[in-house]
Amino acid sequence: MPVDPRDLDALDRRLIDCYQRRLPVCIRPFARMAERLGTSEAEVIARLERLLALGVVSRVGPVFDHARAGASLLAAVSVPDAEREACAAIVNRAPGVNHNYARDHAYNLWFVMTAPDEAVLASRLDRLEATLGYPLLRLPMLEGYHIDLAIPIPWAELEGTCPP
Amino acid sequence: MPTVTAVIQAPDGASVSSEAQRRLRERLEQGLPLSPRPWRVLAEQCGLTEGEVLACVHRWQANGLIKRQGLVVRHRPLGIRANAMVVWDVPDARVAEAGRRLAREVAVTLCYRRPRCLPDWPYNLFCMLHGIRRERVLAELAAIVERQGLADLEHRVLFSERAYRQCGGRYAGEPSP
Repeated sequence: MPVDPRDLDALDRRLIDCYQRRLPVCIRPFARMAERLGTSEAEVIARLERLLALGVVSRVGPVFDHARAGASLLAAVSVPDAEREACAAIVNRAPGVNHNYARDHAYNLWFVMTAPDEAVLASRLDRLEATLGYPLLRLPMLEGYHIDLAIPIPWAELEGTCPP
Repeated sequence: MPTVTAVIQAPDGASVSSEAQRRLRERLEQGLPLSPRPWRVLAEQCGLTEGEVLACVHRWQANGLIKRQGLVVRHRPLGIRANAMVVWDVPDARVAEAGRRLAREVAVTLCYRRPRCLPDWPYNLFCMLHGIRRERVLAELAAIVERQGLADLEHRVLFSERAYRQCGGRYAGEPSP
């Protein structure tokens, strides 16, 4: 569900801008954040609850290094356009799928599957491939040069794109 | 790569079993409870003390299992919807250098080397760019290619047309026997 950036006030934006990383790991983290932001612990918690409810924030907490946390794999499959929605639903039902996108290419469905270890991952992929009935392109990461999705949010530019 | 399952020594001297660590990671992957003492809530759910939970988390930060902690923003609802996967066909001898060059760019959020799958898939280097509009993302890509001297490398841009799912990884389930 789209969110109008104008519904996020200065405090919401500062929460996001200051704490996409370096959330304090202490007994009362939200009180520590409130101190820095000049507000109360209860207000920080209320703001975070609202950002979660709006879907702007998916969770508050650690991001694990996927290469060390378990096994994961980027996969792609080429399916007829008429079957794309149905195939995407099958992919979403498979255990461990955390990203699933349609992209403009002959390989038109792209997803990431995660699992506790390589053996579970391989058997999940084999099962999904059999259910889909189309071969999967399996593209494991061989080397990572950069992985950081905590990008600065371009608030001014976002406001400029919203209809009044 | 092996998963991290070493027994952790908590400050009070007790050790945290790998099963308790797995339970804690499973909870943490879903985010912190929004309570004034979130670690205590997690500790109660996992049968640990608050001190043991904090010791585990500090250790995971120090050894790199946890990359960052904070608000995990979903870009799409905010309007950052032009999500481009750029795939490159780079001679093997040059791929690491090209990857490091792309990684220098602020706009590049992810950059990986992956295997080719010939004949259908000749690309061995992947990066992601995010933006509000496709034209802006393509202009940024053109600037990156110019700045980093990558004009001779064949590449393709795969924009996302639809997101069916976007959430954090779930790794800490039951491992295989």
